[in-house]
Amino acid sequence: MSDNTAHDEPELVQLLTPEGELRHHPDYPLDLGAEEVRGLYRDLVLVRRVDTEAVALQRQGELGLWASLLGQEAAQIGSARALRPQDMAFPSYREHGVAWVRGVDPRELLGMFRGVTNGGWDPAEHGLHLYTIVIGSQTLHATGYAMGVQRDGATGGDDGTAVIVYFGDGATSQGDTNEAFNFAAVNNAPVVFFCQNNQWAISEPLERQSRVPLYRRAAGFGFPGVRVDGNDVFASLAVTRRALQHAREGQGPMLIEAFTYRMGAHTTNDDPTRYRVAAELEEWKRKDPILRLRAYMAANGVADDDFFAAVDAEADKLGERVRIECRALPDPDPLDIFHEVYAEPHAQLDLQRAEFADYLASFEDAGAEGGR
Amino acid sequence: MSVNLTIGKAINAGLRRAMEADPKVLVMGEDVGKLGGVFRVTDQLYKDFGADRVIDTPLAESGIVGTAIGLAMRGYRPVCEIQFDGFFFPATNQTFTQLAKLRRRSAGALGMPVVLRIPYGGGIGAVEHHSESPEAYFAHTAGLRVITVANAVDAYWMIQQAIASPDPVVFFEPKRRYYDKADVDTDAALESAYPMGAARVARPGTDVTLLAYGPMVKTALQAAEADDDHSIEVIDLRSISPVDYDTVTESVRRTGRLVITHEAPVSGGVGAEIAARVTESCFYHLEAPVIRVGAFDTPYPQSRLEEHYLPDLDRVLDGVDRAFAF
Repeated sequence: MSDNTAHDEPELVQLLTPEGELRHHPDYPLDLGAEEVRGLYRDLVLVRRVDTEAVALQRQGELGLWASLLGQEAAQIGSARALRPQDMAFPSYREHGVAWVRGVDPRELLGMFRGVTNGGWDPAEHGLHLYTIVIGSQTLHATGYAMGVQRDGATGGDDGTAVIVYFGDGATSQGDTNEAFNFAAVNNAPVVFFCQNNQWAISEPLERQSRVPLYRRAAGFGFPGVRVDGNDVFASLAVTRRALQHAREGQGPMLIEAFTYRMGAHTTNDDPTRYRVAAELEEWKRKDPILRLRAYMAANGVADDDFFAAVDAEADKLGERVRIECRALPDPDPLDIFHEVYAEPHAQLDLQRAEFADYLASFEDAGAEGGR
Repeated sequence: MSVNLTIGKAINAGLRRAMEADPKVLVMGEDVGKLGGVFRVTDQLYKDFGADRVIDTPLAESGIVGTAIGLAMRGYRPVCEIQFDGFFFPATNQTFTQLAKLRRRSAGALGMPVVLRIPYGGGIGAVEHHSESPEAYFAHTAGLRVITVANAVDAYWMIQQAIASPDPVVFFEPKRRYYDKADVDTDAALESAYPMGAARVARPGTDVTLLAYGPMVKTALQAAEADDDHSIEVIDLRSISPVDYDTVTESVRRTGRLVITHEAPVSGGVGAEIAARVTESCFYHLEAPVIRVGAFDTPYPQSRLEEHYLPDLDRVLDGVDRAFAF
């Protein structure tokens, strides 16, 4: 039997080693000032803290569910910091780091997982579409949006608009994702496909999704694909910046496979000890995105102990705010069920709403009359 | 100006007028470009509006609806042609989990002014998957509006109303009636057209209400004409979601009897829902149970059997007779 998986070891674009040593890559130069590096570190630490708090809040019964981003902070922060204000991002449901960068308050994310909203923010205001739960569906939305950008004449120069869509390794098996690759390719649409390969789709390892490295899928559709170290915030930033530039200049789509690892459970309902070994986790702990950046910063005088302590203190404060605001999120009004199902009146639904309102009011009347 | 148009040509003229009125209106689908669609409903639009507005898509229905959603987010008003009823199903996820829900999920921030045009129904001697009537699936899905036309006048106006709607609209086209003609006043204002969500009495009568939509309206009118014993009032439903119950119940209260006919299987169908509602709201006016005349609960049969499968004039009249047997 032939082994289709026998390929050369794929090249991994890496600018920062797990030990925190800077490497230069001829295709992906990155020139960051100390302030920008400190900003990236702050992002990484703060989103990890939001995530840690959210897991705890779920354990306390304050959230129905949480999908942890632990381990994927660099892929998300690096790629999202490559975006410009005019760009549009389409997340899956684990992109809390991307939401952070796009200015969506953690409270909005918690509202969805607490069950008080189904989304929570205005996509146009933040340049971030709502979380999409059905796997891969958003890849087509991003591609269509990018086709709209083309029709607006908003590509073709340095100030053009680009689109990025986030999805996981599991999503590469979906028909929608493959249709999106193809629609983007034949239309030369300005969209960057950002796949966070975190090695696990709930309990299914990558080999259940693909016989080839994921970034190589792009070649079959006719556009470039690249694998980047997703635990390296510098490389994630540099590669995404270049892919977005490619798109905004009108050169069409690119696929980025951010090679990373889901350190936590799929969601708070999951138990990864049933399907993966602890040794794998230990191996990836050594590649932690925050530790390597901190090592680099400390060794190169980018920040001192006071800075690290200040970020930790800020994280403590943010964590406290997240806890307080989550618990304060009010339950929606029962009649919110009927809200914005349609833009214009719909006779049957309007009747149901009126009847339900009367039904609810009947209890208030009963209360006023001293009934049970 | 009054023009004699087929249903197919009337939709084409309506699309053209909508595209002229609003540069954000796009047509997209399989073969809608140079070919003008397999039924020629988009004929000449590619030539006049270009490839950016009349988009020949890859052969992937989910991709068509999914990218239409993205285009709508960017401010466009895509009109998607799904080539045949039976080819819609790959797009089910995008339509039901995304298109129908995004307004509500975004608390109103995202409008979804997308039209899905679906030629539907049988009677054309086609191969499998080209003759189905899937409207009940759509009517069961909150967030969608579902309409269908029975004549060229409605075809011309309702496609424009669908495009103008801020909600996603599923526009069912009765493919075996594509060549039925009527005079259409193409100069009138869109605002003066009969409302998209309203039913219409297509033929007044006094003894029984016969409710039909899409391709069955013609059959119902023929049945009313053929029945010498009963005065049949024919209602063209036009909108499947929402249903205009005011028009339906007003008629049933006068006639005391209701027969509903559609090409789709009866179980769990649109007729079943209407029967339940009318029973609830017109109970003391009904002289007989609501009768449904539709297809059997089988897959659509091979075309040599479709004349037995589809409710025809005789089966509709048999249903009317059953309504008078009580």
